[in-house]
Amino acid sequence: MKIHEYQAKSLLRAFNVPVPNGDVADTPEKAREIAKSLNKTSIVKAQIHAGGRGKGGGVKVAKTPDEAFDAAKKILGMQLITHQTGPEGIKVQKVLVEETSNIKKELYLGMVVDRARDKECVVFMASEAGGMEIEEVAKATPEKIIKCAVPPAVGFSAFEARKLAYGLGLSDKALSAQFANIAKGLYELFVGKDASLVEINPLVLTAEGNLIAVDAKINFDDDGLFRHPDIKELRDENEEDPLEVIAKNAGVNYIKLDGNIACMVNGAGLAMTTMDLIKMAGGEPANFLDVGGGANPDQIEKAFRILTADPNVKAILVNIFGGILRCDRVANGIIQAAKNIDMKLPMVIRLQGTNVEEGKKLLKESGLKFTVADGLYEAAEKVVALIK
Amino acid sequence: MAILLDKNSRVVVQGITGSEGTFHTRESVKFGTKVVAGVTPGKGGMDVDGIPVYNRVADAVALQGANVAALYTPAAFSADAIIESIEAGIGLVVCMTEGIPVTDMIKVKQVLKTSKARMIGCNCPGITTPGVGKIGFMPSFIHKKGNVGVISRSGTLTYEAIWQLTNLGIGQTTSIGIGGDPIPGSGFVDLLSLYENDPDTVALVMIGEIGGTAEEEAAEFIKANVSKPVVSFIAGRTAPPGRRMGHAGAIISGGKGTADEKFKALEAAGVVVEKNPAEIGKRVQEILAKKGKKKK
Repeated sequence: MKIHEYQAKSLLRAFNVPVPNGDVADTPEKAREIAKSLNKTSIVKAQIHAGGRGKGGGVKVAKTPDEAFDAAKKILGMQLITHQTGPEGIKVQKVLVEETSNIKKELYLGMVVDRARDKECVVFMASEAGGMEIEEVAKATPEKIIKCAVPPAVGFSAFEARKLAYGLGLSDKALSAQFANIAKGLYELFVGKDASLVEINPLVLTAEGNLIAVDAKINFDDDGLFRHPDIKELRDENEEDPLEVIAKNAGVNYIKLDGNIACMVNGAGLAMTTMDLIKMAGGEPANFLDVGGGANPDQIEKAFRILTADPNVKAILVNIFGGILRCDRVANGIIQAAKNIDMKLPMVIRLQGTNVEEGKKLLKESGLKFTVADGLYEAAEKVVALIK
Repeated sequence: MAILLDKNSRVVVQGITGSEGTFHTRESVKFGTKVVAGVTPGKGGMDVDGIPVYNRVADAVALQGANVAALYTPAAFSADAIIESIEAGIGLVVCMTEGIPVTDMIKVKQVLKTSKARMIGCNCPGITTPGVGKIGFMPSFIHKKGNVGVISRSGTLTYEAIWQLTNLGIGQTTSIGIGGDPIPGSGFVDLLSLYENDPDTVALVMIGEIGGTAEEEAAEFIKANVSKPVVSFIAGRTAPPGRRMGHAGAIISGGKGTADEKFKALEAAGVVVEKNPAEIGKRVQEILAKKGKKKK
């Protein structure tokens, strides 16, 4: 799960990581008020779940409270387009207004989980090339990235903090102590709140000799949310695809793609494979959809509603290998969906596995119009042929 | 012989009194699995179809000689249940549960490192050894006893592959779903040598997914250590980067973990790479036919 920069910064504050003074605003008036209370040059930043906001016109410097008002007026409500948003952009609902810093140096500090075999742990990544995309630094100058794997049984040690600090050129005693405090806070936040990614980019060394997190991105492990109700509350559905939100609430795993052949599958691996097969047969998948093992007819109907809500969709492929999920249950779901939704789209159905004969019989007797497929690739070829 | 689950396996089911636990225990007993005990804290003294239920795994080990644990426990309590099994001296822990936090698995891996136990999962369909038994969700009818090992990160896609083999008359030694989580208890590399050393396994099917580097590590391992032929497929060639494709582990990030990269690594290791998942069974059939000719 992703959260906004202003939410990330308030978490950082709680873990003793210094961040600029400021607050979030949803009106230009509020932005002016915040800028006034800061009483110096401020920066107004669009709050969306995507990077590259500055280039897209979502970040503006304001010398006076009135300038902050104007900046917020321009940014709030705009459809902000960045390299991470897609061509339609994301509507800005909130801005963060904070004080600016006197930047002496920009650093990068990030944390992820290393999932490599026998190395499973939390890893710090630091670089003197702050302010840049870390992926690009990794590609062009991998030697500029310092890594530090934290042994999980021991936790984060002072010497590791020193290793990172010295690597960043923060050898001054006071500075390396400041850095150690920040790194310790980040580690406690990461492990304590089940984060999956923390990025401070840039971590700024100010002219006054202070370290401060000027931008912050924190992602969380969805599977850890059950034990952090405070984090779960930070979810902003406005930032997600509306169909994906409906799917999530229906307990269906759905990701919208750009093609025109919708697919409904059980199991994530088979769902990905079905997309691959559609592409291989010359078509373009419109989505990833895993109905899961415990799907009931209602969920299958909901899945159909989600698929047919995408205006790009021209045909549907149902590919089910019944294991825990029985084919007759799937067939009942399809029949129920056809009854309740006006489905005009052509459909290919492939059923295999548990109770396949009962499922096929139910579908046949329902009078539904659809194309039957037995083989895996045959199903993909048939659905592609339907729209050609 | 087979690997991991064999005639000496005595299974304790953790979470046996839950609906999933009870249902799949019954299915596995029907398939021939020796289920000797169940564990649900607070429900010790009960029984499920005559299988005694204990409060602690240690009791199931002491009183029923359990040596394999099958877990259908809720995600929130699973890491604890896994570690309980390992501490009780269980040799093989198989956890089907989906949704276990990554930080919990980091802890579990620490415990595994200092013990002799082997773990499969979490978020996996389980293990089946036809003729001996099964743990987990795999539908019973798809299997057939034979000489091909199947190892996979997926669930239903694994059934697909096994079913293709069975329909071609090709049976399996042991089929393992290692699960779709970012940090699995055992990876391909941990299990490939078991198949290599199993005299009954003559060929292998390995099914991977996008995300992480498990397939690349497996490719390296196969090149150096596996003499038996391996047929491989990777799911998710058309998946967009940065999106979690159902499985928490199936995500392409920073341009790493793509299917094409994995196909390339496997091909370089001498693995028979099949990009059409509908043809996995046929590739195995061809390999077995060639092997048969050589013998004659």
